[in-house]
Amino acid sequence: MSGTLLDKIWETHRVAGGHGGADLVLIDRILLHERTGGIALKSLLESGREVMAPEHAFAVMDHIVDTHVGRTDRTIMPTGTDFIRATRRAAHAAGVRLFDLDDPAQGIVHVISPELGIVQPGATLVCPDSHTCSQGALGALAWGIGSTEAEHALATSTLSLRRPRTMRIRIEGVLAPGVTAKDLALALIGRFGAGGGEGHVVEYSGSAVSAMDIEARLTLCNMATEFAAFSALIAPDSRTVDYLRGRRFAPAGDDWVKAEENWLSLRSDDDAVFDSELSFDAGTVAPMVTWGTNPQQVVPIDGTVPDRNAGGPKAQENWDRALDYMGLVPGDRLTGLKIDAAFIGSCTNSRISDLRRAAAILKGRKVAEGVKAICVPGSTMVKRQAEAEGLDRIFRDAGFEWRESGCSMCFFAGGESFGPGERVVSSTNRNFESRQGPRTRTHIASPETVAASAVAGSIADVRTFAR
Amino acid sequence: MTPFTVLTARAAPLMRDNIDTDTIIPSREMRTVAKTGLADGLFAGWRYTSIGSRTPDPEFILNRPERRGFSILVTGDNFGCGSSREHAVWALAEYGIRAIVAPSFNPIFRANCIANGVVPVSVERDTVERLAAMTEADPSLLFTLDLPRQEMRVGDDVIFGFEIDPESKDALISGLDPIARTLRLRDQILAFVKTDRQLRPWIYSATATDHSARETA
Repeated sequence: MSGTLLDKIWETHRVAGGHGGADLVLIDRILLHERTGGIALKSLLESGREVMAPEHAFAVMDHIVDTHVGRTDRTIMPTGTDFIRATRRAAHAAGVRLFDLDDPAQGIVHVISPELGIVQPGATLVCPDSHTCSQGALGALAWGIGSTEAEHALATSTLSLRRPRTMRIRIEGVLAPGVTAKDLALALIGRFGAGGGEGHVVEYSGSAVSAMDIEARLTLCNMATEFAAFSALIAPDSRTVDYLRGRRFAPAGDDWVKAEENWLSLRSDDDAVFDSELSFDAGTVAPMVTWGTNPQQVVPIDGTVPDRNAGGPKAQENWDRALDYMGLVPGDRLTGLKIDAAFIGSCTNSRISDLRRAAAILKGRKVAEGVKAICVPGSTMVKRQAEAEGLDRIFRDAGFEWRESGCSMCFFAGGESFGPGERVVSSTNRNFESRQGPRTRTHIASPETVAASAVAGSIADVRTFAR
Repeated sequence: MTPFTVLTARAAPLMRDNIDTDTIIPSREMRTVAKTGLADGLFAGWRYTSIGSRTPDPEFILNRPERRGFSILVTGDNFGCGSSREHAVWALAEYGIRAIVAPSFNPIFRANCIANGVVPVSVERDTVERLAAMTEADPSLLFTLDLPRQEMRVGDDVIFGFEIDPESKDALISGLDPIARTLRLRDQILAFVKTDRQLRPWIYSATATDHSARETA
């Protein structure tokens, strides 16, 4: 049978043809966090039902936990403690393994799942979180759902859904020095639009993808949701296998041998037909930075704020609104734009390789006067690894705050923010209005661009910081 | 879940593209571990002149007296993008919105609508803009959303027809609990898992045996 990688994973998981065109699909892994997962568990328990396969569900505290050193259940967000405690109670009652605040494996759900080997190639994985698509980087069909669907998955080990349409994006060529998977993800959204992947499972392939390590692939796949995709997929290869070998929840012994053989066979056939095909040249990508309030409002860092949008008066209204919000006018240069804050963290860019690259920029340098700079490692394991390598010293010496792991200021939950009108360059994934706090202005970029900008005190081109 | 068949109601236009779930319900407005108490926070960043005082911004469409009690939201492309938070749909539904007409929806948001009895109607942009123009011209105009017939009417005049997949349509019309529906297939699911254990043993063994001891050794 000839088919796409999605087809192959789908066929392995199809329990039954559901109503209409939907299939009942087996779910191998369910991940939950305290913000939207706790309520799914609580609602399930209140209905008198049980988790069908509690050993396949994992919960973690990441979204609204405090990230200051010495943290407790108390949160800066006013009612955050209730979410933490409700999730803890529900996880214990349901028999679901919880990576609690003080667990050495705690961290952002999409960071810890790969690093613990919870996600596996060819598996189905869901989480009530839109960035679940990140985990497609390991060849799993991983997608974000709502809390009601999470409750369904917990109760039945299945979800009912139509097979999504497929899109392949072939990315050939070599990323230039100073250009990362983050820049590539932003460039793709800039080129094809924030709705460009609408409802598709986007399979990234090509030489540029093969050349990426797993952490870079996780960054690329992370922003598939900003592309309106159902999810992203990258076929597993030897890098995937090497990455997973020996991880805490990865298979072992004979099962590892069987798994490895299966994983390496998972790929789209040469004659597989996709609903849509695009191609992209990695060699043309520059470091990217957003100027507006949507990830598609993005330009190469040495570019200027564009002056006009195609698409009629309504689109122009949206455009003008973004400019007004960001305090910019068409023709403004991004490089040199003064910033108030710099943030490195989030499920997009907070893994050890991200921190190493940012630290390479920061080493021997200082954050500019008046810039508030914060680094929040993606997991407690990443934090400890970074400390073992001395990266924390580099961040601290440069003037960055060095925090405990969590989602932190990727979004504002009513706790901590950079403040109204403050301009932040951020390694996160969303530049929506007030995403990082009421009226805060967000420019998304790679961790090294954030680091370089923090030092410069203004948006900076990392290529001019080459050591 | 409230079953949905035919709704006759007024509409309100909010013609912006890419309205995200942080905008629909800011994270700071999600204060309790519950699916209720969210309507007050709906569009909080746009609806109030200042968030603390909760002073309504008279310019914002939802605050205009002629829109009071509307149930059909007419909006732009990629509605509900961003965070998967189902709180966005819970807030819209609690506020009284039963249907949303847009050129396209974010897939997670769309699924959340179905799970909560809110009808996501996707139609061509021109059609959405025509509908927006009609309700802008006459805010009191009553629209009839007929889900079984998949059409929008004013009086007896059909304004447009729309496509919706049959399973979403069934779920909305029946209002049945999808978990109960799936659990009727419990034996089939368990039989599938039994076979799958033979085919993909690593999926089952890995989480049963936590190798942390080995790893730290």
